[in-house]
Amino acid sequence: MSSPYEKLPGWVEYVLIPLINLTVAFLVAGLVVLIVGQSPIKAASLLVQGAFGYGEGLGFTLYYATNFIFTGLAVSVAFHCGLFNIGGEGQAYIGGLGVALVCLWLDGIFPWYLTFLVAVTASALFGAAWAFIPGYLQAKRGSHVVITTIMFNFIASSLMVYMLVEVIKPLGSMAPQTRTFLEGGQLPRLDWLLAMFGFDIGGAPFNLSFIVALVAAFFVWVLIWRTRLGYEIRTMGASPTAARYAGIKDARIIIITMLISGGLAGMMALNPIMGDQHRLQLDFVAGAGFVGIAVALMGRSHPVGIIPAAILFGVLYQGGAEISFEMPEISRDMITIIQGLVILFAGALENMFRPALVAFFATMRGAGNPSEVSTSGE
Amino acid sequence: MDDLAIELKGIDKSFGAVHANKNINLAVRKGTIHGIIGENGAGKSTMMSILYGFYQADRGDIMVNGSKVIIRDPNVAIASGIGMVHQHFMLVDNFTVLENVMLGAEENAILNRGITNARAELKRLEEEYALDVDADAVIEELPVGLQQRVEILKALYRSAEILILDEPTGVLTPAEADHLFRILRQLRDQGKTIILITHKLREIMAITDEVSVMRRGEIVATRETAKTSVEELAELMVGRRVLLQVEKGDANPADVKLAVTNLTVRDGRGVVMVDNVSLDVRAGEIVGIAGVAGNGQSELLEAITGIRRAESGTVLLDGEAIGATGEADPALLRKRGLAHVPEDRHHMGLVLSFEENENAILGYHDDPEYLNGPMLNLENIRKAAQRSVEKYDIRPPDVRLKTANFSGGNQQKIVLAREMERDPIVLIIGQPTRGVDVGAIEFIHKRIIEMRDAGKAILLVSVELDEIRSLSDRILVMFAGRVVGERTPEATEGELGLLMAGVEEDQEAAQ
Repeated sequence: MSSPYEKLPGWVEYVLIPLINLTVAFLVAGLVVLIVGQSPIKAASLLVQGAFGYGEGLGFTLYYATNFIFTGLAVSVAFHCGLFNIGGEGQAYIGGLGVALVCLWLDGIFPWYLTFLVAVTASALFGAAWAFIPGYLQAKRGSHVVITTIMFNFIASSLMVYMLVEVIKPLGSMAPQTRTFLEGGQLPRLDWLLAMFGFDIGGAPFNLSFIVALVAAFFVWVLIWRTRLGYEIRTMGASPTAARYAGIKDARIIIITMLISGGLAGMMALNPIMGDQHRLQLDFVAGAGFVGIAVALMGRSHPVGIIPAAILFGVLYQGGAEISFEMPEISRDMITIIQGLVILFAGALENMFRPALVAFFATMRGAGNPSEVSTSGE
Repeated sequence: MDDLAIELKGIDKSFGAVHANKNINLAVRKGTIHGIIGENGAGKSTMMSILYGFYQADRGDIMVNGSKVIIRDPNVAIASGIGMVHQHFMLVDNFTVLENVMLGAEENAILNRGITNARAELKRLEEEYALDVDADAVIEELPVGLQQRVEILKALYRSAEILILDEPTGVLTPAEADHLFRILRQLRDQGKTIILITHKLREIMAITDEVSVMRRGEIVATRETAKTSVEELAELMVGRRVLLQVEKGDANPADVKLAVTNLTVRDGRGVVMVDNVSLDVRAGEIVGIAGVAGNGQSELLEAITGIRRAESGTVLLDGEAIGATGEADPALLRKRGLAHVPEDRHHMGLVLSFEENENAILGYHDDPEYLNGPMLNLENIRKAAQRSVEKYDIRPPDVRLKTANFSGGNQQKIVLAREMERDPIVLIIGQPTRGVDVGAIEFIHKRIIEMRDAGKAILLVSVELDEIRSLSDRILVMFAGRVVGERTPEATEGELGLLMAGVEEDQEAAQ
């Protein structure tokens, strides 16, 4: 049976619906805060204040958002090909290995901008390499990428423990991490950027990776909507039978898409490793790979949607940390609940309010044209 | 009036902005066969779905046997004596006939007594209506015609007095269709009321007592079948006069452009779908393949166009092998002059979520005209799309519109424009007018004849026998994966029907 999905005006589709979803998510989150006996108003104002209210908070918000832009783009590129890459976490982790090896090798030889160029390439290559095997298995063997990428997250995790404990830890050190990079392995902060708007980012690690993320977003937009490869990726994603009809080589496209997706996830490692910690630590990805799934869902797999969605999750991370600091009764887990609600309403239930809006706009426009009804017979 | 089985009063239904049923008033008299005819998208299925409780009408009343009924779901419809035989059968393939008939009406958790009762009741129904089916046969082993009979028995078992049949002949051979019509007449004579939904004018004329014509969500006319004509009904359906007969001159076949030799194709499960098929298509002729859907036509087309690997055999395109058993590549074949209008435009010929202009280059997207290095040349793509939109009168003429928002006929024109406008040598066309409105059919048929006259070799597959007969210069009939006969377009429907049912040449001669 057909229940036709009506076209809505663009601003409703891309602005109003996400806003409604978000509002509902926050209302429900407010209820949760109320249930534990706290003031949702206070929590909300702390969230906003913590995320935007002062320079250092804003710096942290954008720092987190940088991670999520990379992983969100990674997930969205795969989405366009009909692939669900859940392995952003592992790909970013391995990407970090690439960044760290380059920095350890070159930080004493090159100035930061040369090291940076090599490190960007290495992060993308390492992340892509980690996505290659699941991509190959999907393309040639039909092993589902959801399963293989999840398994590769665990393999990446164990591999990195081995590398940090046994291989790249400095001799005599007790901590499973590399040595701190010299200046040639450190990205400059973007304090001047926020200073232009009168903010002082203080100790926030907001760095050049943010610009790289924006460039990557532009690159993804060009790739998907303006290149022949993007056309083939979208055809594969929307209709594999049409792709076969068109003579598009599905195995090749699947592998290339996974390489690009893994490469983008791997580039996320630049931000925490070269931009913030200046060393490789255990578990530095900290769930950003999974948040990328929510960001891609919420941003409708479009770079223009992914950037604000990533910033929103940056707000939740940074403002959430502020809440749990100021209101000890609201634990870190509560913040996770709120993030979960946002994902639920913005991602899984994104079409919940759609029928009502469609009906509303249909009555606004008056009676329509029946010639486009698709009957169940077709 | 008390002799009305069904009366719809002012039924109105919208899906968002789409007004699918507008103020429908319909009266179906008891003990008659009432036809509902209209183009795809005219609202026939929506109306019947409302009557059967799948949808709720926005406004209006439904009267069954003179009293008002609110049909919230199909259970209410069944309780009111309405039964439905769907276009796609709702049967459990690995259950027996008996199990299917009693499904949902099992009486008790323990089936013992239910089975005994059901068997007795089924036997009684079979005898009363002369609907012979083996109660213990498994559904998937029955031919399609018998499966349909089980659907009818299912409805009768639930004591349906009013039967709705949605496009019942789509999957039947002409002989099976005739048999179905005999059954329907008999049911009517025993007092049942039958509503027959179809888009085939011939069926309406052959069997109905009254007919209602739908157009754009409205019932535009109701006629006594005996007092109307095919021409009048066609005009009512489309809203203007239509040419039902395709005008074409004689073919001038030249060299063989497509030669298929001993082609065998298996499907994913290893079942032989195309069995040692050989055929030739010459420049300037249309070879039609007739057959009931599912007899290997789809697999044959896919093997010829490189989409599916053949197991053995050869395909020569303009004298050169395409590598049907190995390296055949649809993209390469296009470059060599093989155009393909696929049977299933929704899943193969088009990407429905794409803009019109993006579909206008599907398969030809590596043409240098559309590229700037690795980038798409959007300007050229949209210009080319604009040209074909104008030439093929695709409506609305908006190349940025999402393809899903075009009607079936216009979607098909998008595919045809793409495949025909590149001067192919061989044109493979599957189901050119499936789900296409009558007005567009006329246009599409004309274009196909024009392509033939321009010297293209055309292989046409259609399940519409009328279409095959009116377009083809030679007709091949496929049954169970084999070509079982070749005929001229002058062959009678009965003759072709026998071949489609698998009665072979020599057997036929012996009869």
